[in-house]
Amino acid sequence: MDISAGMELYLPVIWALLLAVAIAMYVVLDGFDLGIGILFPFAKDERERDQMMNSVAPFWDGNETWLILGGGGLLVAFPRAYAIVMPALYLPVIFMLLSLVFRGVAFEFRWVADTSRFLWNIAFTGGSTLAAFFQGVLLGGFVQGLKVENGAFAGGPLDWATPFALLCGLGVVAGYALIGSAWLVMKTDGATAARARSHALRLLPAVLAFMAVVSVWTPLAFPRIAERWFTTPNLFYLAPVPLVTLALAYGVWRWLAKGNEYLPFLGVIGLFLLGYAGIGISIFPNLVPPSLTVWDTAAAPASQIFMLIGTIFILPLVLCYVAFVYWIFRGKVREGDGYH
Amino acid sequence: MDFDPIILARIQFAFTVSFHVIFPAFTIGLSAYVATLEVLWLVTGAERYHRIARFFTKIFAVSFAMGVVSGIVLSYQFGTNWSRFADVAGNVIGPLIGYEVLTAFFLEATFLGIMLFGWNRVPKGLHVFASLAVAFGTATSAFWILSANSWMQFPAGHEVRDGIAYPVDWLQVIFNPTFPLRFAHMVTACYLTTAFVVLAVGARYVVANRYPEDSRTMIRMALGLIAILAPVQAFIGDSHGLVTLQHQPAKIAAIEGHWENEPGAQGVPLVLFAIPNEAAEKNDYQIAIPHLGSVILTHSWDGTFQGLKSFPAEDRPPVAIPFFAFRIMVGIGLLMILIGWAGQFLLWRRRLFDTDWFLKPAQYVWPLGFLAIISGWFVTEVGRQPWVATGILRTVDAISPVHGWAVALTLALFVAVYGIVFSMGIYYINRLIVRGPAGSSIEPPPRDIPPGNRPLAAAGHAARDAIIKPAE
Ligand code: HDD
Ligand code: HEM
Ligand code: HEM
Repeated sequence: MDISAGMELYLPVIWALLLAVAIAMYVVLDGFDLGIGILFPFAKDERERDQMMNSVAPFWDGNETWLILGGGGLLVAFPRAYAIVMPALYLPVIFMLLSLVFRGVAFEFRWVADTSRFLWNIAFTGGSTLAAFFQGVLLGGFVQGLKVENGAFAGGPLDWATPFALLCGLGVVAGYALIGSAWLVMKTDGATAARARSHALRLLPAVLAFMAVVSVWTPLAFPRIAERWFTTPNLFYLAPVPLVTLALAYGVWRWLAKGNEYLPFLGVIGLFLLGYAGIGISIFPNLVPPSLTVWDTAAAPASQIFMLIGTIFILPLVLCYVAFVYWIFRGKVREGDGYH
Repeated sequence: MDFDPIILARIQFAFTVSFHVIFPAFTIGLSAYVATLEVLWLVTGAERYHRIARFFTKIFAVSFAMGVVSGIVLSYQFGTNWSRFADVAGNVIGPLIGYEVLTAFFLEATFLGIMLFGWNRVPKGLHVFASLAVAFGTATSAFWILSANSWMQFPAGHEVRDGIAYPVDWLQVIFNPTFPLRFAHMVTACYLTTAFVVLAVGARYVVANRYPEDSRTMIRMALGLIAILAPVQAFIGDSHGLVTLQHQPAKIAAIEGHWENEPGAQGVPLVLFAIPNEAAEKNDYQIAIPHLGSVILTHSWDGTFQGLKSFPAEDRPPVAIPFFAFRIMVGIGLLMILIGWAGQFLLWRRRLFDTDWFLKPAQYVWPLGFLAIISGWFVTEVGRQPWVATGILRTVDAISPVHGWAVALTLALFVAVYGIVFSMGIYYINRLIVRGPAGSSIEPPPRDIPPGNRPLAAAGHAARDAIIKPAE
């Protein structure tokens, strides 16, 4: 095999992995700050809301940047997939972006507003909840597959609106609320942390239930997914995924009940990643289910290499300073932290 | 009813990108201004630089949030509205945007946290570093996005196979012929725009007799920058036009309202005013100065350049928008030079701060830069039509396979949401300006209050306002 054929084989796989990492980073990082927004109405008073918001205020913009990397990365590495997925999921994508507008500006506006503060509380909650919901819808719409003819989307504007996609939407709302409450357990104290802990204990079973329903529904509805999981020898390799998930969920529950501050958050991240891996297993190597693979949709090797070289050097640097900023704002939120 | 997705998608893109660029233009300039103030504070130790920096950081935060949320929308619109463009140009444009995310967006978004919330957490030097990083990040983001846009204006370093563009030479792609001057022109535009906002804020305080020390510093800094950058901008713009004449002659013909080189007539006049009439292919009500067009664009008395009629009708851009928008931009540019020099003259005579005829109108100059920037972009973008990527893909062929009604629905939503959210944002910026720099000089609350609470908020609105609002 000559070199260029090798590149055309491996580069798309490397890029698929990088993209998967970017999206995983997004789901975990923006997941907890969207979760804060979902939990906002359940706070006792403005003081508690201030504290919740200040626990994520220095981070939210950086967290959201992973979404741009996910979208941009798709354009960079798989322009054809980008050109099919975006028009296919046109409405939920734009609904999600508009929701993010509300919750993004709420961080700054709420602080300047006096009498209209409650409006930005609503905008923050509504924006966060709807953004989470539509992200779930996007996930569902993607897993169930898109209608493609001659390399372009060929379906209607409402193809995505199935019960399955809507269920995924609700599941993501519950999931983000769970990781948001685990974040609060870690970053706040007093009544705020106690309330977050009891939210987390209630959300955990709900999230597990959503995961279970999706895991049963997908193989029943989509034979290609059933084939991936329930044929030998795959079955033996893949069986640990649900088992580890269950064990970890039990761990999170114990840690929450025992009053641990850090482990619940780490445990929930683990649960997210396991669910995410499950979806990846169901889909790979397709990038536009049910038929187009990462190879069919890849950018020219020259483009993938050019970007890969930069990524190899710059991404670790980015990770370093992201970590540095989290370290600067480590520990429980302090009074006056939201004040700039 | 049938909706035409192309027209709607164009209106939608023009609407969202015009809204977007207002905030980045301001944040690119403002972050550089804040960083400059902080460096001055670090070097001289003068407290007023610190006060002004903190004051503008608050305004910066509001503007930045609006820039971010409107920008995320744009990066997805290449796929939602212009998916054929993503398909055809993705190999080339994609990495430019990818590098923007990696080198610029992460840098600014991450250090923003320290810049806004780190005042009491990190040492002075680190804070100054964070502000510099944000300023550098915003300018870097302009670098990449303008490189992408310039490649669309005049593609280079690529080859087209089966209708798809493939990169051949990345250096030529990035530093394509129209890029260097466009980048210089845009970054200068951002700094000028911000200087005019700072000037207006300073003038407002001087007229109202508030913050005498801070406002004079603001005005001096702004006028110094304007006096230098405004003429520089005119020079860059002029050179930019010469480059455009080389690469996009039809655009220049539209800008100049130049239909044809009449046989026998010598030289091209400069059209000061006219109503371009596309149906009759001529200008109505024209007022022109003979030969000046030749002098500006060919640097010779009798030189000529192509008129619109020498291009097939389907390759011509619309004329009226580039024609008028260009005149607005240049008019504002000349006004800026005038303001900058008049201000310097008054400063030199030590009369500036008692000269009402200068200070009173100066309170209202803040929109000038924004108007010029929007006009400039309309010149550039409409003048590029009918192409999305010149010579490679026409706008009509770039549209996504979406239904007209879906685009109409989202356009209506964008107009409603942006209308509400961003006018509130501008209202809040104004409120911060009314409160003034005094609010930022309050020391952080003492540490022995129960953790996790923000005393200011807890004390209720009345108390907070009493502290933050200056005694008037
Ligand atoms: C990197 C790409 C890029 C950048 C930086 C800009 N644009 Fe653009 N613009 C496009 C990429 C583009 C586009 C995707 O290529 C469009 C959509 C349809 C078209 O022909 O070009 C477009 C169209 C378009 C139109 C409609 C023209 C028409 O259809 O007649 C306007 C008025 C603007 N833009 C205005 C702007 C403004 C105010 C910008 C300032 C930031 C700007 N553009 C930056
Ligand atoms: C159509 C073209 C454009 C796209 C797709 C785009 C995309 C984006 C995105 C996704 C963001 C959010 C980044 C973050 O989270 O920090 C953003 C913000 C920003 N954009 Fe754009 N942008 C475009 C045009 C421009 C232009 C023309 C400029 C200026 C020259 C510009 C300068 C900036 C800056 C400085 C920010 C940082 C946020 C702010 O300062 O408000 N962008 N843009
Ligand atoms: C005073 C003399 C000026 C001249 C002769 C001038 C010239 C030009 C020309 C020829 C273009 C179109 C380039 C092209 O599309 O190929 C342009 C675009 C533009 N101008 Fe100006 N300009 C002037 C002043 C200003 C000022 C004062 C501002 C803003 C503060 C400004 C902001 C812009 C912007 C944002 C663009 C679009 C981006 C670009 O293509 O560079 N200009 N200008």
